[in-house]
Amino acid sequence: MRVVLGEDLTLLRDGLIRLFTAYGMEVVAAVDSGPELLRALVHHRPDVAVVDVRLPPTFTDEGLRAAIQARTQLPALPVLVLSQHVEQLYAKELLSVGTGGLGYLLKDRVSDVLRFIEAVRTVAGGGTAMDPEVVSQLLARHERDEQLGRLTSREREVLGLMAEGHSNAGIASRLVVTEKAVSKHIGNIFTKLDLYPAEDANRRVLAVLTYLNA
Amino acid sequence: MIDVGESIARLVRPTLRTCLRGMLLAVTAVARLPLFVASLVCVLLLPAGLGVVLAPKSLLAVRRQASLQRRWALEWSGVTIATPYRPRSAKPANRLFLAFRRCGWVLGDPATWRDLVWTLVDVPVSGVLGLLPGFLVGAGAWTLGDDILWLAGWVGSAPHGFLVQVLLLGMLPLGVIAGPWLLRMHAAAASSLLAPTKKEMAARVGQLTESRWDAVDASAAELRRIERDLHDGAQARLVALGMNIGFAEQMVRDNPDLALTLLAEARASSGEALSELRALVRGIHPPALAERGLDGAVRALALSLPLPVDVHIELPGRPSAPVESAAYFTIAEALANVVKHSGATRAWVQLEYDHGRLVAIVGDNGAGGANPRAGGGLQGIERRLNAFDGTVAVTSPAGGPTQVTMELTCELSLART
Repeated sequence: MRVVLGEDLTLLRDGLIRLFTAYGMEVVAAVDSGPELLRALVHHRPDVAVVDVRLPPTFTDEGLRAAIQARTQLPALPVLVLSQHVEQLYAKELLSVGTGGLGYLLKDRVSDVLRFIEAVRTVAGGGTAMDPEVVSQLLARHERDEQLGRLTSREREVLGLMAEGHSNAGIASRLVVTEKAVSKHIGNIFTKLDLYPAEDANRRVLAVLTYLNA
Repeated sequence: MIDVGESIARLVRPTLRTCLRGMLLAVTAVARLPLFVASLVCVLLLPAGLGVVLAPKSLLAVRRQASLQRRWALEWSGVTIATPYRPRSAKPANRLFLAFRRCGWVLGDPATWRDLVWTLVDVPVSGVLGLLPGFLVGAGAWTLGDDILWLAGWVGSAPHGFLVQVLLLGMLPLGVIAGPWLLRMHAAAASSLLAPTKKEMAARVGQLTESRWDAVDASAAELRRIERDLHDGAQARLVALGMNIGFAEQMVRDNPDLALTLLAEARASSGEALSELRALVRGIHPPALAERGLDGAVRALALSLPLPVDVHIELPGRPSAPVESAAYFTIAEALANVVKHSGATRAWVQLEYDHGRLVAIVGDNGAGGANPRAGGGLQGIERRLNAFDGTVAVTSPAGGPTQVTMELTCELSLART
């Protein structure tokens, strides 16, 4: 798997390169500024881009903007955005462009190495990896949503995990229930939220995120 | 009986106070005359050069007297007279240039000349308004005393004719009632010369608006810097720390050597995160400043430097927290310049309080030749001092020694030293 990494802090960049290499990924480019990142993404067309939101030269959201711009040029480009804080606004902007896999995680998540690597692979495979923090922000915004209020607490849990990008099997193992029970919950959620039921797991995740982001 | 005594005392005490204050006004007005003459002489000496140093000195003494008058007006008569003086520029300069600038600052301020005129005008004004309460009350009380003696039969005949009696006795209540009003008249007269003119007020408002924007700008930049430092510093180190530990956790069985390396790096990361946090905290508000005040913090700072620093601090009280912080950071920046640029083997810090100004002197025995206009650390000092009408003077002849004198206006709390 070919990775392009955009991270300006040497400490983290080197650590991530070592981590990816140890798990059999190839870092084809590791850059430390927004313009370079955009060039590298367009040039290498990697299997996944791992991008820090804040990059030089402006030290604002240079990385995020480079990722969004790359996705307008290459809509299928999978992007995993890392940041030291998550903003719902950024998640919304990311979701609005492209079709490829998408991830938005707090940098803290790299300490759970296996799950982090799994998230990178999910995104590379076209899936979604939303930080639980983002998802809980999204859910909090719908606190008074009537439709969401109809969900049982179990269904809300399933909705949260689904929004993070977990597969049915992943949700089942986390909640210690059968996959069949999970599909039933998901079916209920879609009915209660008036969402069009989709068979494809990834399309379902996007449907949920779109609903929450609206 | 007691009640009567008390109510008499309640009447007598303020009256006596008013009379004495009036006399004090008159006496001080006369006592200031030599200062007036001295100031005129100093101004005449200006072409001779010596006046450049002496004239501001004596005119500032006049200014202090005027300030005393303003305070009395407020405390005695409730008349607020705003301070009209222009602020000093905090631009760093060498000592000679600074002396000229100080001269221009004092002599160029119309308020200085109005103060001087008041010094002269106040003699007749307070001669009348200040002494009148005492005269009225004194004459009335004297007559009353005489009359009591006469009525008691100690003295043979009435001291005066009837009409004169009535007039003289009438002075007593008149003095009691009119006394405070006369002092207020005096305060109002003082205000006409000692208060800022409308134009000066407008100019001052303009300056304050500007310096407020500077302060707001500076604090916004400061917050941004803190956020950056945290984001790229401690926060990033903690992320790396988590990553290393998590990675090591995975590697501990298959690749123990790598796990060990990762853990060692994690430990280093945690130490660096802590020291970065410490440095950041020190840059926001040094712990020693919080714990020991300016005195202790400057001493602690001096000890932490790689060269011996003599510290002399004489403060009769503590300045307010913002002043302490500004003074601390200006001294810290000056000392940082010493360490970075001077090549000195010794440095000294002197901190004193003199007539409402906190004076900090940072010197070193290094190479000298520091250019106050080259910016760098000195600009940071200037920015910090601007909010306090402060000044910076630099003397740095080639070959040294270099001395940076910083002054800022403040009051000390007298509570503790």
